[in-house]
Amino acid sequence: MKLAYPKESLSVHPPSLYPGYVSTVKRAPLRPLVVLPHTLSELAGPVYGHDTVRPEDTDLTRQHAGEPLGERIIVTGRVVDEDDRPVPNTLIEVWQANAAGRYIHVADQHDAPLDPNFSGAGRVVTDADGRYRLVSIKPGAYPWRNHQNAWRPAHIHFSLFGPSFLSRLVTQMYFPGDPLFAYDPIFQSIPDSAARERLISTFDLETTQPEWALGYRFDIVLRGRSATPFEEPHDD
Amino acid sequence: MTTEDNGAARRGVTPSQTVGPFFHYCLTPNAYGYAEVVTDDLLTEDAAGERIRIEGRVFDGDGQPITDAMIEIWQADGEGRYASPADTRVRPNTRFKGFGRSACNSEGGYRFTTVKPGSVPGPDGRAQAPHVNVGIFARGLLKRLFTRIYFAEEAANASDPILALVPEDARATLIARRRDGEPTYTFDIHLQGKNETVFFEA
Repeated sequence: MKLAYPKESLSVHPPSLYPGYVSTVKRAPLRPLVVLPHTLSELAGPVYGHDTVRPEDTDLTRQHAGEPLGERIIVTGRVVDEDDRPVPNTLIEVWQANAAGRYIHVADQHDAPLDPNFSGAGRVVTDADGRYRLVSIKPGAYPWRNHQNAWRPAHIHFSLFGPSFLSRLVTQMYFPGDPLFAYDPIFQSIPDSAARERLISTFDLETTQPEWALGYRFDIVLRGRSATPFEEPHDD
Repeated sequence: MTTEDNGAARRGVTPSQTVGPFFHYCLTPNAYGYAEVVTDDLLTEDAAGERIRIEGRVFDGDGQPITDAMIEIWQADGEGRYASPADTRVRPNTRFKGFGRSACNSEGGYRFTTVKPGSVPGPDGRAQAPHVNVGIFARGLLKRLFTRIYFAEEAANASDPILALVPEDARATLIARRRDGEPTYTFDIHLQGKNETVFFEA
């Protein structure tokens, strides 16, 4: 089965230029994009399988000698395409701040403590049904200099491949009920409010483990629909 | 399977968000002692094709170098084969993956070591000139930018079906120049401004 990539799906994404997010002003292309037919170069994509992930990559609380501080969480979900079919064996990369809202990145100057037991980077590969599961701690909100008193809502960065160059996605997962959503231009840059809500994970009691960790669900839909057979006569 | 398992797709594609400034320790984490899954060295000993380097700098609308961007490339091998299940022709029998990542340095510079790709099939059975697909991620980019690198000396550029879609006066922004006497190509990327690179919607 081959995938087609309807261009209408692109309308879900933020515009390149969103002046409320100041860094877009000098970085957004201003000329019209050239519309490209999808060739093999776009419809093919690299494969990064299970050999790329070690056990400790999927549990961000077990990468150091001790346990990190913070609220332990399980993040799980399914990666599917636009026809709701699972996207199996695809690499997910995640990174996040620690419970105090501090990244280990050398450029993060936020006056909050680093946690010697937390790096905040992980990887997982989806199973045959498109499912993934990560263990971490809930990241803290942190200030940034976009505008006066600007704070990012707590989030985990997600990077996904999917089957092709076109299915590649980098996004952020948020947590339910965050009071900072209304003030965050990165979150608000998504034009449609229903699409915005899809980046908010849902608390899930079924995933929650008694006496141990809170569970959150975050499903991800990558581009791609079934192509009709007569358009792809050489399907395997 | 719980009811929440179903119907995610009916709600639509998951929107993009910026990669932000702090991705390095996950996506290009060499300096952080975390194993890299994707590097800027695509070469494998068995890869078909001429060994080349591709390097360049990334600039903003003021002509200032962008020091916190990440460049990804995706390409066929020297015989025009993609290491992907989607390429149903003869697959490369090599370890060449064709995918790479480079984080910009303090001068906005990126670099790749790879092979020069061969020609690959295009629309309506017409061949495409050798090219490399490029994805650009950075703070201030709410979604990936997509451009292509073509190679200056290729006669096939003149009949390439994709280059033909690009306004003539902007085509030069997609052409990498080969340095005299060495297999190194230069490809600068201008996100905005007078020399703005052509970006694609696909």
